[in-house]
Amino acid sequence: MKELVIMSGKGGTGKTSISAALAYLAPEKVLADCDVDAANLHLMVGARQRESHGFVAGFEPEVNVTECVKCGRCTALCRFKAIDNGAITSPFACEGCGVCAFNCPAHAISMRDKSAGRWLVSDTRFGTMVHAELGLAVENSGKLVSRVRLETKKLAEKQKVPLIITDGPPGIGCPAIATVTGADLVLAVVEPSLSAMHDLERLRNLCGHFKVPIAVCINKATLSPANTGALKESLAANDVPVVGEIAYDSVFRTAVQTSRTVMEIDNIKVQEKILELWYNLSALLGVTHNESVVHKLDRKLKSFAGWV
Amino acid sequence: MIVSIASGKGGTGKTTVALLLAAARPGATVVDCDVEEPNCHLFLQPGRGEERQVTVMRPSLNTELCDGCGRCAEVCLFNALAITGKKVLLFDELCHGCGGCILACPPKAVSEAAKPIGVVRAGAATRNSAGTKLIDGLLDVGSPTASPLIKAMKETLAAQGDIIVDCPPGTACSMVAAVADSDFCLLVTEPTPFGLHDLGLAAGVIKLLGIPAGVVINKSDGGAWDDAVADWCAQEGIPILGRIPHSEAFAHEYAEGRISPEYLADARAIWGKLGREGDCR
Ligand code: SF4
Ligand code: SF4
Ligand code: SF4
Ligand code: SF4
Repeated sequence: MKELVIMSGKGGTGKTSISAALAYLAPEKVLADCDVDAANLHLMVGARQRESHGFVAGFEPEVNVTECVKCGRCTALCRFKAIDNGAITSPFACEGCGVCAFNCPAHAISMRDKSAGRWLVSDTRFGTMVHAELGLAVENSGKLVSRVRLETKKLAEKQKVPLIITDGPPGIGCPAIATVTGADLVLAVVEPSLSAMHDLERLRNLCGHFKVPIAVCINKATLSPANTGALKESLAANDVPVVGEIAYDSVFRTAVQTSRTVMEIDNIKVQEKILELWYNLSALLGVTHNESVVHKLDRKLKSFAGWV
Repeated sequence: MIVSIASGKGGTGKTTVALLLAAARPGATVVDCDVEEPNCHLFLQPGRGEERQVTVMRPSLNTELCDGCGRCAEVCLFNALAITGKKVLLFDELCHGCGGCILACPPKAVSEAAKPIGVVRAGAATRNSAGTKLIDGLLDVGSPTASPLIKAMKETLAAQGDIIVDCPPGTACSMVAAVADSDFCLLVTEPTPFGLHDLGLAAGVIKLLGIPAGVVINKSDGGAWDDAVADWCAQEGIPILGRIPHSEAFAHEYAEGRISPEYLADARAIWGKLGREGDCR
């Protein structure tokens, strides 16, 4: 089983739109949304939630006020300025380290499991999807990502599908690290803007660090032909394959606004480009692409029988 | 006043709004808290200024004093310490620097040493909005500790004049570290289902933190999703402080590192409203 992870150094490059389009094209797969901070894929693939599981990570202190003798030791020892004489003053600053609890002379503090969100299994128009909702203002997004990936793998094994398509989080921080490690291929969706090119450099370093191969799809390529050219040159110099190139097109915006994938909107140019992208990716991954689409391409792409 | 610019998600135009606001307010300081992917410097091209390494404290072990009792690993709630046989192993990337192990070690075998996690830079812009001061940070690749760097960046600030904080995307710890202590939070959204969904998340955090907020609709096209965002804001009691129209020309300019002055008047109008919203707190 192969896992394709779609990343972008920066948000807004069209990562989720492309994930959804690939989900439409890939014949057999399980979907995962590892953007646990602000998941969006479910809005495009018509997710209907089937299971919801609580996600517990880390701890939070609970103070027994009747036992607290107001000695001030917790205030002095807490490095995150979260507690004052047994009162949690800034819950968002609390890291749940337990220093207050372990060092309270009155044993007035206990550490409780902290609820950090939920992970969900949904039925979508393109198969099963595992996704998550991180609790607001909590950390451990990396752990929740790992959980989503673990559950997706289990599901893919159970359903005996050859492919997992994962919509990754933006950035290169803990959730990105948790998404990339152990994946078979990272597809970086990049736009030819200075900021996105800068971010790609960092993403490339990250993938290099974790020894995961990376391929690039240039989206909105016509926004700056000069930058697109420079981008391709630098990718060629670094032996990073460009597996897709898509012109700037308002069809992406229309797709998002109408909760469809770009493959479901009349726009043969973009559809062909994405099909090409999918063929290139399936070749790199060694999974079969769906031949049924080839014959339809000349006329018009349609959804496969039995889907939608 | 400290204005933070947030949105549940990247790509909605946080940096655009931050830069527009800076251009409309000479002398303001932009703090780019997106330490994983700082981008403001690409537009502002700050001249070489100060650069300071940021470190966090991490435990360091005196193996001669350690008797392998395992107490340190017991108190570390982040599983950053493990005992194998009689040896203590530290998994640096899991450590939060709480100091718990130091307090817990009976023979005082644990002390602390500074470990670099990135740099904080400060300089004056030479492009797009000359005169703007930029403070940004750059997290070392592979380091999961964005929040300490963001905090260090904010501590560099002598709190004077207007400060515009460009927050990292998301609703997790680093976004919270960035918006904390701001007087007002501008939530940037796009009129799409994605935009509205993420706006809801970001607004939830801001509400939890008790920071007054307003919305800027970026890439506004006057369509049905503009109305949907407006309805949602009305329902939540969050004012809409500005709309920046959808413009392919603007996107072209932006891609090549220019902030077109097209919407400066809109940005000035937002500042005007910010003042008022700030007053009526
Ligand atoms: S250390 Fe314990 S007893 Fe002392 S103030 Fe804190 S909670 Fe109260
Ligand atoms: S758990 Fe740690 S961070 Fe939270 S209040 Fe206690 S000492 Fe402070
Ligand atoms: S608590 Fe101190 S002595 Fe015991 S294993 Fe840890 S470092 Fe060694
Ligand atoms: S400082 Fe805190 S988090 Fe780090 S190893 Fe020690 S107990 Fe664990």
